[in-house]
Amino acid sequence: MGLQAYLTLAAVVFGIGLFGVVTRRNTIGILLGIELMLNAVNINLVAFARFGGNEVGMIFTVFAICITVAEAAMGLAIVILLFRIRRTVMADHLDLLKG
Amino acid sequence: MRGALLSLAAVLGPAAAFLVLAVVAPLRRSGRLAGYFSILAAAGSLAAAVGAWRSQEGATRMVWDWLPSQGRALATLGVLADESSTIMLVLVALVALLVQIYSLSYLDHEPPRSLGRYYTYQSLFAFSMMGLVIAPNLVQLFICWELVGLCSYLLIGFWYQKPEAARAAVKAFWTTKAGDVGLLIGIVLLWQQSGTFDLGEMRVMAGGSELPLAGLSLITFCIYLGAMGKSAQFPLHVWLPDAMEGPTPVSALIHAATMVTAGVYLLHRLDWLFALTPDVLLIVAWIGAITALIAAVLACVQDDIKRVLAYSTVSQLGYMMAAIGAGFSAAGFFHLLTHGLFKALLFLGAGAVIHAVGSNDLSRMGGLLRRMPQTATVFIIGTLSLAGIPLFAGFLSKEEILGAVWAGGLAGPFAVLMLVAFLTAFYMFRVVFLAFFGVPAPRPAVAVSGFSPMGGGIHHPEHASHEHDPPAPMLLPLWMLALLSMAVGIYFTFEHGEPEFTSPAWLTPAAVAAAAAGIVLAWLTYQRRAIDAATLASFFGPIRRAALAKFWIDDVFEGIVAAGALALSRLVGWVDRYLVDGVLNVVSAWTVSTGDEMRSIQTGRAQDYVYGLAVGLLLLLVWVRWSLP
Repeated sequence: MGLQAYLTLAAVVFGIGLFGVVTRRNTIGILLGIELMLNAVNINLVAFARFGGNEVGMIFTVFAICITVAEAAMGLAIVILLFRIRRTVMADHLDLLKG
Repeated sequence: MRGALLSLAAVLGPAAAFLVLAVVAPLRRSGRLAGYFSILAAAGSLAAAVGAWRSQEGATRMVWDWLPSQGRALATLGVLADESSTIMLVLVALVALLVQIYSLSYLDHEPPRSLGRYYTYQSLFAFSMMGLVIAPNLVQLFICWELVGLCSYLLIGFWYQKPEAARAAVKAFWTTKAGDVGLLIGIVLLWQQSGTFDLGEMRVMAGGSELPLAGLSLITFCIYLGAMGKSAQFPLHVWLPDAMEGPTPVSALIHAATMVTAGVYLLHRLDWLFALTPDVLLIVAWIGAITALIAAVLACVQDDIKRVLAYSTVSQLGYMMAAIGAGFSAAGFFHLLTHGLFKALLFLGAGAVIHAVGSNDLSRMGGLLRRMPQTATVFIIGTLSLAGIPLFAGFLSKEEILGAVWAGGLAGPFAVLMLVAFLTAFYMFRVVFLAFFGVPAPRPAVAVSGFSPMGGGIHHPEHASHEHDPPAPMLLPLWMLALLSMAVGIYFTFEHGEPEFTSPAWLTPAAVAAAAAGIVLAWLTYQRRAIDAATLASFFGPIRRAALAKFWIDDVFEGIVAAGALALSRLVGWVDRYLVDGVLNVVSAWTVSTGDEMRSIQTGRAQDYVYGLAVGLLLLLVWVRWSLP
């Protein structure tokens, strides 16, 4: 399996994540989509590191995973706060910035 | 060279006086001292002018380059001293000097500041008028032309607190300005055709028929428009009678003897140019005759002594223009000179009467011959001269004009001018009989109460009860002018120059008969009372009514101006309401509606923005893929 296959996989995962972000009504579902997109990027990094022979990509991926965890924690905390204030986590109800 | 130098000195005298009076405020505010200073300059100017006139042999000129352009001067400043400019210079200097002396006494009740202002303006006027007279080119002439217009404005509005005077000043300024635009256009067009402003060079070109004749009629007509405004030709004559709101000496100097004749003088200066365009000359002649007739008719119905004289001035200016139109500008110029003498005399005489009676109204005068014998004598001399009685100056020049118009083959204007000669004698002797003969009018109490129809300061209650001849500073100019107009008349009666044309033998008797008939009619009506004035008036019913309404010329002008202003404001209002406001409204409405459309994009939902981002990213990728090599 060459680099092409990994990149295709990453693209597919990214597409699924993006689809989730755009279509899910539940905020938690959107967060999950974001996680998928980030992981697609991680796959890219690892694949390039493996086939490009540069280990920095691997190390960078470890950092990215850590940051993603922190981001997920932050995101969930915001969702809980949001639920406390608005009594809903449906994204299409959260349109206070509507013009 | 001597003539030119002396002419220059004559011009610079009043210029220096004006500068000193304008700059040295204490001298100006001292009033009488400023007057003496100005009179001194005017006297020096007169001496230089007479010297220039006596030492005249042919034309001498001195010019300095001015407005350098492409290696040569676009215009020059200087002096052109020839026969007509030096004699005109003498007339201007003489009348200016006499009027300034006269004003010392006439305006002695003015506050010193006003008097100083008056003499400053007088000096400026003398300078500008003489600068106009000696101008060797049209640029200098035009500048001085405007300067005399300014002085006229300032001096008509001398009593500027009086609303009528202020309005008359503005009216005079605007009306003459309407003509001046024509003059300016004419000068520029002429410069385009000939490439020079210089009168001498232009004359050589005209003589050598180097001037293209095509379009020349337009040029001369434009120049005539300027003369029409300045010399109060129909229909631009409306300002001159109103200009009588100024002090009487000003009327004598500016609105009788000198400035209003500038138009005639201009046409006389350019007679070689006008000779090339006979069609315009015909217009000049006819308008001159019409002006003379209209003004003479108007003069017959006026009750204000100064307005009679003002209309008479308009009428005589029409005479001069008619002679120029007939192609004999020398005759018109001769009448200009004699008219300058006797009309200044008449105005100053009228001023003495007004000074004594405290009113301009003819019905408030009467029987003044016994109380003001000297004034009456000089006034009658002036009247005889204006009426055209032999041995007086006006007789010769008027007869010469009639002869010129006849010789020019203009039968229509000739007939009109003969009628005007009759009318002139009639209205002038009407004034004489009403003011100096007959029974003294009862002096109404209002004259003693300090009310002055002449505005500020010249009314003196003591004069109202003690009418007598004026003091020496006023009498001296009167006698000077009276003697001069008689001397000129007698001199030219016996010393006849070579005539340019032959007048028919019946002309002199006919002209004298017309004048005599006018005098007799006035005598019968206002002295013997054989003809009732009211009957005479009702005989000319419609004409009289029309004349009392000034032939509605002022109304027509006012109507045109008012209607024009109204139409213009309507147009401007429409443009403002529908064009300016319209553009603004469209722009703002468009902004609002576009914003309204665009705001639906801003849903406030994060997912929509992400969707937008994703689509944008995709498009960017496609673009990068296809645009990069």
